[in-house]
Order: sequence, then structure tokens, then C-alpha cells
Amino acid sequence: MTWLWFNKLASPPHFYRIAGRWIPWLAWPAALLGIIGVVWGLAVAPGDYQQGEGYRIIYVHAPSAWLSTFTYTAMAVTAAIGLIWRMNVAHAVSASCATLGASFTFVALATGSLWGKPMWGTWWEWDPRLTSELLLLFLYLGYLGLRGAIEEQSRSDRVCALLAIVGVVNVPIIYYSVEWWNSLHQAPSVMKFGKSSMPASMLTPLLIMFASGTLFAAALVLVRARGEVLRRERAGNWIAAAIGANATASGREGE
Amino acid sequence: MSGFLTWLSMGKYAAYVWPSFGLTLLVVVLNIHWARRSFREAQALARRRLAMRRSES
Repeated sequence: MTWLWFNKLASPPHFYRIAGRWIPWLAWPAALLGIIGVVWGLAVAPGDYQQGEGYRIIYVHAPSAWLSTFTYTAMAVTAAIGLIWRMNVAHAVSASCATLGASFTFVALATGSLWGKPMWGTWWEWDPRLTSELLLLFLYLGYLGLRGAIEEQSRSDRVCALLAIVGVVNVPIIYYSVEWWNSLHQAPSVMKFGKSSMPASMLTPLLIMFASGTLFAAALVLVRARGEVLRRERAGNWIAAAIGANATASGREGE
Repeated sequence: MSGFLTWLSMGKYAAYVWPSFGLTLLVVVLNIHWARRSFREAQALARRRLAMRRSES
């Protein structure tokens, strides 16, 4: 049953149709949860006894950092699927992750810097967590550069997949850097052996923001992946029907 | 009113908290815009290809 579902997803018309159906179910809850999380985090959650109101940056910083690693992992996993099973749709999904991941890696670094200045007294420190996150940004930029530089689609897919797969080793390094080395960055406070060190009044809006970010990323990757599938399918007979369906649905499907 | 101003000042951290949320919102909006534009461009490309195929046949 699982293999049947997996094989069906490999079919571009099936993926295009299914992704189009999923997008609103991901995007609207993401928007709703995002609004609830921001209002709760900024106005309802209590201030921190040590960091005062400055800790509220965590409500955008931590979900951005999560999205940066989650999106990279998704990019690497889909790249591996594309490489192993020669699945064009998987390569399309992998390619669709990079811009989103790079921009949220940048947000994680920038908001971390905005938090670091008042708390640590410096905008930047060559700390293991910060350095490995910066390396992640360079991996994303390298991936995007390679995508743009190689014109032949299958070669571009192979080379970019290899970079994504090799680079995924950086993800556990980012996560465990605060435990493996002496780090200025605080240890994980959300999930520490399954139990959070944050009180529920602060943790709940943060978890809502994590959920919102994850749904948002999934929706956007699917929008981009549908476009990528259209670009790659040069002669598919299903495209006329798909575009025709879009023309009549104008904006309802996929956007 | 003063309560609202106190909240806006975020203790003494307004200069750090608001730019963080503003930057994140900007990146969210930009990503939505980029994704939609990318999808529309792909649709336009597919339409052009279809038109070419039809004119050739």
C-alpha cells in the first residue's frame, strides 16, 4: 500500500494534482497558527526573569532555525530518492526547497544576531552553533549557484543531489554543537530528552510557531514543486488539461 | 495608552525585538511572492510550449 502511494507520487500528473489539493490545507492553517503564535508570543506570554522582553525574539528565531535544518533535510532526502529511484518529481521537490531554506537560514542568523547583541554584547561570535549555521547558508547558496550554473537538467539534478546529500552531515552538527563543544549559545530548551525546560505559558506559543512554520514551508515547497514539474514536463499530454484547469480555477489551485 | 507604549517599548529591547519580527514577516511575504511568481512563470512557459507544439502539428 505504501509503495503504491510512493509510486503514484512519482507520476508528475498525479503529484501535480495531489500537491494542488494539499496546498490550501497547509497554507490556511499555517497562516492562522502564525497569527495566533505571534500575538501569543508578543502580547500574552510572560516576560523572562533574566532576559526580560528581549527573549521574545525566540518566537521567530527558533522556528526559523528549525525551518533552515528541516528544509535542508527534506532537500537531501528528496535528492537521495531522486538519485536512487531516478525520480524526476523528487528532484523537482528537492530543487524547490533551496530558496526557502536559504532565506530562513538567513533569518535565523540575523535574528540570532539581534538577540546576541543585547544578551551577549556582540552581534557575532565564531561559536560552533553560529558557525555551523553559517555553513548551512553557504551550502544552500552553493546549491542554488550549482542549479543556476548547470543547464543540462539531469546533470544538474545529479550534481545538486550529491551536494545536498553530502551537506546533510552539517545538520546533526548544528543540533549537537551546543553539547559537543563549549558554546556561547544556550543548550536546547524546547526538547531536552523529551522534556522542555520552558514553562507551558512560554512553550505553547513557540510550539504553535513551529507548527505554523512547518506547514508554511510544506505549502510553499509544493507551490514551487508544481511549477518545477511543469518546467520539466516538455511533452506530457496532461499539461494542457492541467493548465486549462488552472485557467478556469484562476488562482484557487496552487496559489 | 501608556500600557500600549510600555508593550511597544519591549522593556529596553524594542530595537531588537521589532526588527526581528519585521525581518521574518518580510521574508515570509517575499517567499510567498517568489513561489507564486515561479509557478506563474512555469505555467506561462508550459502554455508557450503547448502553443508551439500545436502550431508545429
